[in-house]
Amino acid sequence: MAKKRRFRGSEIPTSSMADIAFLLLIFFLVTTTIDTDKGLGIILPPPGDMEIEIRKENILNCLINSQGKVLLDEEPTSVEKIHRIVGEKLRSNDKLIISVKAHPKTAYSDYVRVIDQLKMADAKRISIANSN
Amino acid sequence: MKFTKKTKISSEIPTASMPDIIFMLLVFFMVTTVLKEYSGLPVNLPKAKRIEKLKSKRHTVQVWVSKEGLISIDDRLMGVDDVSLVMYDKRVADPRIVVSLKGDEDAEMGLVSDIHENLREVEALKLNYSSKTLVD
Repeated sequence: MAKKRRFRGSEIPTSSMADIAFLLLIFFLVTTTIDTDKGLGIILPPPGDMEIEIRKENILNCLINSQGKVLLDEEPTSVEKIHRIVGEKLRSNDKLIISVKAHPKTAYSDYVRVIDQLKMADAKRISIANSN
Repeated sequence: MKFTKKTKISSEIPTASMPDIIFMLLVFFMVTTVLKEYSGLPVNLPKAKRIEKLKSKRHTVQVWVSKEGLISIDDRLMGVDDVSLVMYDKRVADPRIVVSLKGDEDAEMGLVSDIHENLREVEALKLNYSSKTLVD
């Protein structure tokens, strides 16, 4: 009896090692987040106050007030409609530059929503006016 | 006669090295796992649809802007005017730099606009408004 017991206790069971390793593997697979930065890309204009003369019909003004309300081309517009209106205007005039100007107290999210809408309309020429 | 020999080839997948393979994968995922999500300021990123991925982390600088109006770059708090100083060094070191602006939803545009101006001054012109995916 005593001889048998000594024999049994001398080895660590390795048959379940694979299962344990699998369990840990799944845990780390689930918790791993290969996080990438995502966002709206934009290119700022180069420094210096350059004055470029642009014909009036090639500029589309887009103003955002502190409540997040948008005035597009002198008309109050809801944010969701911007991409359709701008898209139509871009189709008729591909030289159109959209000038975005926000009130200093405008929430950043409202501004991002407007930029997002412009991106949806495939507007390439976006000009950001200084808020202050 | 000799055809019978061929059938004796074992069709089993060798499982003896399986734990080793699994351990290797385990170690890989353990090493790559990041438990800490971000080191910056607590911000609620805005949501947008037309988002694009930033190519590499190496060429990215994260600028955090909280709703209280705090600015943090590389875990250091700073005022608006210091942004251009810090960014100048970074742009000189890496001309391909992209600024990832991690602004809070409720941050004010006046401050964001000031950051724009500071970035323009040092010609760090590639900007990315970090945002979450909007699902509707």
